Amino acid sequence: MSGDHTSSLISARVRHVEALLESRGLLAAGEVDGRIDEFLAGGTPANGARIVARAWLDPGFAGRLLADANSAVREVGLSMAGGLQEQRLKVVANTAAEHNVVVCTLCSCYPIALLGPSPGWYKSEAYRSRVVRDPGGVLAEFGLQLPAGTSIAVWDASAESRYLVLPRRPEGTGALTEEELAGLVTRKGLIGTAAV
Amino acid sequence: MSTGTERFLPGDRVRTRSLDPDGHTRLPRYARGAVGVVVEAAGRHPLADDRARGLTGEAQPVWHVRFAAADLFGSGDHTVTVELWDDYLTPVEGS
Repeated sequence: MSGDHTSSLISARVRHVEALLESRGLLAAGEVDGRIDEFLAGGTPANGARIVARAWLDPGFAGRLLADANSAVREVGLSMAGGLQEQRLKVVANTAAEHNVVVCTLCSCYPIALLGPSPGWYKSEAYRSRVVRDPGGVLAEFGLQLPAGTSIAVWDASAESRYLVLPRRPEGTGALTEEELAGLVTRKGLIGTAAV
Repeated sequence: MSTGTERFLPGDRVRTRSLDPDGHTRLPRYARGAVGVVVEAAGRHPLADDRARGLTGEAQPVWHVRFAAADLFGSGDHTVTVELWDDYLTPVEGS
C-alpha cells in the first residue's frame, strides 16, 4: 500500500484490463485518461480557499461547514461528488488551543474532487509515517512554529472520509474582501502544515 | 446518520483489535490493540478488508476514534484521530 505504483504488478494488470475493454469496444481509446483529466480539472486548492474565506466571514456558514461539510460546500457551488460516488467531507477547525493536521498513513487519501491532486510530500512515506508520531517536529520542518501550549490533533484518513483544515483567520485582515481573504489561504494551510 | 442501533456513542471508550490479518486492512498497525474514544460517526460503508477480497459485505458504521499519542507510541502530547470500521472495535467496559 505504499510507494510508487507505476511499475507494479497491479499497474500492469490495470493496463491489460484497459486494453481488453478497449479491444472489445466497451471503452473508447483514451476514455479512462479523459475521465481522470475531467475529474482532476474540477479540483483546485482555490476551492478550499473559497470555502475558508466564506467561513471566516459568515459564522453561520462556518457552523454548517463543521456540522455537515458536504451540504455546506454546495452553498458555494462546490461538491464532493466529482468521483464515482460522493465522499464524506470532514472539516476540522483550528483554534487558539488546537491545531489540526491531516495525513493518510495507509496510502494518500485526499479530497481530490475538491482540491485537485495532492502535493508530492503528502504521499511520501516520510510524511505519512512521521507526522502521526511527531507532528510538532514535522510542522517545524515546514516552518510552522505553533505558540506554546497549542495542542496538535492529527487526523488519519484511514477510511472513506476526506478532510479539510479550516485555518484561523489571520489578525489584521478585517478590511479584506472575501476574494482577498481567499487569496491568503494556501494548500498547506488546508492540510494543516501551514498556519493559513 | 444514526439508525439507533449503533453500538457506540461519542465519548465511548473502545479498544481496537490486535489481530494482524493476512490481507488488506484499514486498521493501521500503529493503532492496533489501543484504547481510544469515539468522536463521532463517519457514515456506513462495507468493510474495506472484505472489499479487497472481492466480497461485498453489508455496510457497517465507521467511526472517528481519537487516541492519545502516548497510548499509541509511548510518548507525545498530541492526539491522533483514526477512522475505523465497527468490526475493528470492542467496547471498553466501565466507560
